[in-house]
Amino acid sequence: MTLNTAPIVLRLDRITKRFGALTANDAISFELRQGEVIALLGENGAGKTTLMNILFGHYTPDAGSVEVFGQPLPPGNPRAALEAGVGMVHQHFTLADNMSVLENIVLGTASLWRPGFGRAAARRRIETLMQDYGLRVDMEAEVGALSVGERQRVEILKALYREARILILDEPTAVLTPQETEDLFATMRRAVARGLSVIFISHKLHEVTAISSRVVVLRHGRLVAEAQTADTSAAQLAQMMVGAEVATPKVRQATPGAVRVALRGVTTPDRGSAPGLKAVDLDLRAGQITGLAGVSGNGQAALADLIGGLIAPASGALRLSDAPVTGWSPRAALAARIARIPEDRHKTGTIADFDLTENAVLELYATAPFSRRGWMNWRAARDFAQKVITGYDVRCPGPETRIRLLSGGNMQKLILGRVLETTPDVVLANQPVRGLDIGALTYVHEQLLAARDRGAAVLLISEDLDEVTALSDVIHVISEGRLSPAFDRGALSVAELGVWMAGEGFDHAA
Amino acid sequence: MRLEPIANPALTRRLGLPALALAGTVVIASLLAMIAGAQPFSVLGLILKGAFGSKFATLETLNRATPLIFTGLAVAVAFRAKLWNIGAEAQLYMGAVVTVVLGTGALAWPAAALLPVMAVAAMLAGALVLLVPTFLKTRFGVDEVVTTLLLNFIVLLWVSMLLEGPLKDPMGLGWPKSARLIEEARLPRIIDGLRLHWGFGLALISAAVVWVIQRRTTLGYEMRAVGLNAGAARFAGIPVNATLIKTALLSGGLAALAGFSEVAGLKGNLTLDISPGFGYTGIIVAMLALLNPLGVVVAALFVAGIFVGADSMSRAAGVPTYLADIMLAVALLLMVLAIMLTKFRVRRG
Repeated sequence: MTLNTAPIVLRLDRITKRFGALTANDAISFELRQGEVIALLGENGAGKTTLMNILFGHYTPDAGSVEVFGQPLPPGNPRAALEAGVGMVHQHFTLADNMSVLENIVLGTASLWRPGFGRAAARRRIETLMQDYGLRVDMEAEVGALSVGERQRVEILKALYREARILILDEPTAVLTPQETEDLFATMRRAVARGLSVIFISHKLHEVTAISSRVVVLRHGRLVAEAQTADTSAAQLAQMMVGAEVATPKVRQATPGAVRVALRGVTTPDRGSAPGLKAVDLDLRAGQITGLAGVSGNGQAALADLIGGLIAPASGALRLSDAPVTGWSPRAALAARIARIPEDRHKTGTIADFDLTENAVLELYATAPFSRRGWMNWRAARDFAQKVITGYDVRCPGPETRIRLLSGGNMQKLILGRVLETTPDVVLANQPVRGLDIGALTYVHEQLLAARDRGAAVLLISEDLDEVTALSDVIHVISEGRLSPAFDRGALSVAELGVWMAGEGFDHAA
Repeated sequence: MRLEPIANPALTRRLGLPALALAGTVVIASLLAMIAGAQPFSVLGLILKGAFGSKFATLETLNRATPLIFTGLAVAVAFRAKLWNIGAEAQLYMGAVVTVVLGTGALAWPAAALLPVMAVAAMLAGALVLLVPTFLKTRFGVDEVVTTLLLNFIVLLWVSMLLEGPLKDPMGLGWPKSARLIEEARLPRIIDGLRLHWGFGLALISAAVVWVIQRRTTLGYEMRAVGLNAGAARFAGIPVNATLIKTALLSGGLAALAGFSEVAGLKGNLTLDISPGFGYTGIIVAMLALLNPLGVVVAALFVAGIFVGADSMSRAAGVPTYLADIMLAVALLLMVLAIMLTKFRVRRG
């Protein structure tokens, strides 16, 4: 183990935070040294975000203290954290879409009402920062028109402009193509070379090993391991994260059958900055998992909404088992035995203040036996919920628990159970494991594979390329609403897929 | 100071805070009474006595609570589906107009046939008034808060026109009031000799029916789902717009029953002051009841008790009846605060 003697810039001392009975952070202590990249690793719900929110002053810890450059940081004060030199790039960007890049970066440091607000000086400073850190963005462009990767660069510039000496990046690669991720890592390397320190939150192990010098692993709110990255392997890290060996799903050979859903030249309208579909051809076959790879916001939502019944094609044809559809709606999709796992389980998949019973029958409530002549049969609904809870291992106090109290994984298991209990012909899984811990993730993947083996046509939409390549029998790449041809499993390397994701393969292929 | 959400508030918090809000109301009302120059506790005693101290007072309170139960239910039903019906006042007047049109001799039927027809017709009229803003909302996204609120003034002016014109009582010595209902069109008293009409019974039945609809029927499930999360409801295949329309029909109909019950049960004719803002007070009632239909009955009795009690208190103690309005306002503010504090914890810093 190499001894790092650089000065300590950040010291977390026995940070403890409880939410009711849940201890989100249990006496967590670690130090960050100058010029160091620490990877903060842990499953969802391990307490990473809580810890960073405490560090940045969004939460007040119940016990423990934070020290920045030797000075104690007053708890619960984001401004103090900013002034002490802590900059945070959130998973969800905090930019004003209708303002220019320059204005967004300067926002909050100078009054924009003051004529000029030292615009020229600000521009010069940002220009230097871009040079120094290799962050290229058009300063006059409106942020709303930027790609996700560019927006992230603006966020980082914003932190650097405020003279951040400690950068916290919360799952920064979740929205990037493999190439953009490489660029981000280059920026991070430049930053540490200039004496900054970085806390990098992720659960993608190969990224952690690629960029970090040290790893801190959290599990169930506790710090379970701290190690030099060079001294560990990805497999060891995974084991530390979950406390057990990780089983990668065993993918059996698929036996594709008839086409269950077919899209022919389907176009849907654009939605704000997100493109609609552009003349998309797609076949979903029984007994096959079709993976959709792509950077977030490239038309995945439009495709999911189309197959889920929320929108109809503006032009082109949607055919189910070779019959054209009419009167396309969520109910029609359900009647066509399409099981839908929505992208956002909190906002679209469930109703937070409904209990598990009410959520279990959300799609089936109007059908027998749950409803007869307009009356709800709550006994049947409760039995169904109980069946899903036991059948799909939903950990909860009981069917009358409000679903907002469940963890994301258990919420997803309930959704999975409620749609798979109906033995669907088609399964639309949109980001099915986003934010899930490895246990729940493996479970969801096994269920999707089982559904495939039962003969369902599965469409897997994911921004996680590893997930798509691991599970899919055939892969399409979506970019700017255009769909690539189908590639068989293993036909393209990750780098080649990345080229398609960046929208560069289409011109040759067409 | 910041607010931090509480994931699962304890029962003590959920019940204790509203109780504290009521206690706070009593304390503040006492202080105000003191400022007005009266004995604080005697004022509260007088309000209680004025509202429930005698058979007469109690019946008066029940009569006053009746339209508030209807408008409170109308608001509770609509708000539960996040249909912001601020127009219960207009719907009430529409119900009253239809009651007068049918009940002043146009239909010479026996009471057993006439009263149900009047009630249903009144409900339809009230439902129609709310249907227009609801259509504008579902079709064009027009904010129903604005449209229902403005309709209140339109309907009130229209009723004023009717009372100066076609509905004016020819024997009314020029006053803007309608003719009196025929005997068959009057709601009978629940017990002979006691001044309490069947409108109150109908209000209690309505509360029970609304409760059953919300908890036991498919429609109630749809209404609650749409109110809690319209996006998830739409995704799950719940017909969101159709549910809002059905909610509007129920809500408008309930508010119209307040007008029906006031004209056919209490007043016997229609004047412009038949409702001293029952439609708006219905919002307070519904909020105090946390939108629970059975809670609406309790809240309506509470609000009616304060109004009736304040009347007699002001006569006895020489304190202005405005105290009743202030007490209600304080109760509402504290209750809203209590509801918020059951969901959030206040943190310093």
